[in-house]
Amino acid sequence: MSEVLRAAFVIARRDFSAVILSKTFILFLLGPLFPVVIGMAFGGLGEKITTEGLRPTVGISMSAADAARMEGAYRIIADRLGGEKLPRLQRAPAGDPRALLARPDARFLAVVSGTVERPVLTGKASDLAWLEGDISLIASAALAGERLPHVRVEKQPVTASAGADAQSRMLTGRAAQVLIFLLTMLLAGMVLSNLVEEKTNKIIEILAAAVPIDAVFLGKLMAMLAMSFVGICFWGSGVFAAILTFAGPNMTPPTPAVGWPLFLLLGTVYFTMAYTLLGSLFLGIGAQAATVREVQTLNMPVTMGQMVVFFFATYAVDHMGSPSEIAGAIFPFSSPFVMIARAAQDAAIWPHLLAIAWQALWVALIIRFGVTLFRRHVLKSGPARRRGLFRRRSAPAA
Amino acid sequence: MIGDTPAPSPLHALEGHGLVKTFGDFRAVDGIDIAVPAGSIYGVLGPNGAGKTTLLRTLLGIIDPDEGHRTLLGDPAPLRQARSVGYLPEERGLYPSMKAADAIAFMGALRGLPLRLGRERARALLTDHGMGASIDQPIRQLSKGMAQTVQLFGTIVHEPRLIVLDEPFSGLDAINQGKLETLIRDQARRGVTILFSTHVIAHAERLCERIAIVAGGRIRFEGSVGEARDRLRPQVRLRTRASDGPWRRVLPAETLAEDGAWHFDMPDEGIEPLLRALLDGQAGIESLSIERPGLHDAFVSIAGAAAARQMEEKAEETAA
Repeated sequence: MSEVLRAAFVIARRDFSAVILSKTFILFLLGPLFPVVIGMAFGGLGEKITTEGLRPTVGISMSAADAARMEGAYRIIADRLGGEKLPRLQRAPAGDPRALLARPDARFLAVVSGTVERPVLTGKASDLAWLEGDISLIASAALAGERLPHVRVEKQPVTASAGADAQSRMLTGRAAQVLIFLLTMLLAGMVLSNLVEEKTNKIIEILAAAVPIDAVFLGKLMAMLAMSFVGICFWGSGVFAAILTFAGPNMTPPTPAVGWPLFLLLGTVYFTMAYTLLGSLFLGIGAQAATVREVQTLNMPVTMGQMVVFFFATYAVDHMGSPSEIAGAIFPFSSPFVMIARAAQDAAIWPHLLAIAWQALWVALIIRFGVTLFRRHVLKSGPARRRGLFRRRSAPAA
Repeated sequence: MIGDTPAPSPLHALEGHGLVKTFGDFRAVDGIDIAVPAGSIYGVLGPNGAGKTTLLRTLLGIIDPDEGHRTLLGDPAPLRQARSVGYLPEERGLYPSMKAADAIAFMGALRGLPLRLGRERARALLTDHGMGASIDQPIRQLSKGMAQTVQLFGTIVHEPRLIVLDEPFSGLDAINQGKLETLIRDQARRGVTILFSTHVIAHAERLCERIAIVAGGRIRFEGSVGEARDRLRPQVRLRTRASDGPWRRVLPAETLAEDGAWHFDMPDEGIEPLLRALLDGQAGIESLSIERPGLHDAFVSIAGAAAARQMEEKAEETAA
């Protein structure tokens, strides 16, 4: 084992240096900035589109007095519930609502006519079904007019609320889950193409003759993991600085059940496990591919597989202790995501020790399986068996 | 895995018994027995597709055989002895962005040589061989021959006990081929076992103490170069003034007449009875030469003329 580790370190050091010292690594580090910049640039516009552009408009074709009462009621409700939940109201010319909706320049989804006491809503049946309640509410408020009372709510603050804690811990768990998933998805996918360089440059023969293939796989995983940590530290520092700048040092995030120090440690460990679990699988799959094109073809099913695992883990967060949560914790690929959510919600430590050992066992098994496949299908080692996924018909040159 | 204690020096650096390796329906190695004496220069000769590379890869433990067993420096698990072995594969491979000295040191590090020591030795090797200016040059900026030399240095930087070279002369110009021959001899003088495959018979003839001629996945001959040559009778070339006479009766039945001379294999009873008959019959001997067959002739005889032609063509391609 010590020789495998020694050789793995040699390979990891080479890969790590090659990546870190390349110019493209700067782009890798700056990569997450692009969505942030784009988000900031288009965020306001996006919000405008979401809150205004996508809200349906209902025309008011009533007498001026009734229209004014409807608009007044609309403002009161919008102030209390938020305007984005209601359709926009806009005065429409008087006339037959059906003729208004039939005009080529019609901008209304529906038209409300008649009176406040007996409003008539005209539009497509499917739209009427969900607009009916809103218009009825607005008309009711318009009828109540000045009589609509404003009930004052008395506030009674408490220092602790188990329900609020549970809610915030669940949110913390979910946030950690999403973060680990995003990092894993962004970073582990790169492992897929990791052995292509060695295969296209014929270096794999040198490596295979000098060290066990296990060491090659392990070394590549270690290098990519180390590179990921460099990226995470860089991005993490940026995020931390941004929080300090914008939210201030007194911001107190909800404390996870195991406490922040252990939660952060477990988060690092579970990211490592999620990364190495998926990375070893990707490395094994990618190692079978002979060309970059084949690796690109593999990308889609691999990403889809990750999404399925993530949705499974997300579902488990809301069902602590349920069979689905336990199944998620046992299934190796979802286990890190489920367990970090558990760390946020439950203070018990032993399940984590068990889960980490279980996940490490699977990492070893997957690496072994990938190595066996690689030796059999790529190096053509061992007795000839049935054809593999990427096995070529031709024999290697003798 | 790989032990720190060196294995005791065996009589044979490499041994394989009953080795079989099949790819689909193709038997690349078909029941080979081979033993490479420790400290020798051993050549594996054969045409393309003969099974040379597969044999070397099997002996080194890169691939496992379907049948048979092998030992490398006395160890049945070849990779355990990786630190004592240097291997230059037929398909050369280096990381293009790596600097020459780093590439050599990396290859040494793979086989247990500390990186710092590897860099020192790499610098020395490159400087000693006139490539000092390339020490910090990325591989992608080197010529093919220089990159090949870098890889060769990577093969020997950790001072292995056994060096396995697969078609080492392929792609090298005549000057570099000469340098490589010198390097192989230097290593052999230090007691290192050298095993190499080649399709250039001349290299094997000049360098090897023992050879194996491989064709169709089998060893057709195994022994010294001299033994291979001794499998053929010496060739006699006789030119006489008289074209006919009673002395003609003593010439062997399969004698050929070409370019005004007689060509035939040395008779079983030797050359003396023939000479006596020629003198008695007043044949008028103008010239008489007895040539010992070369390794090429032996190869043609053992592996077949078609295989020899194929190897000659490949050698010409390489030279071109």
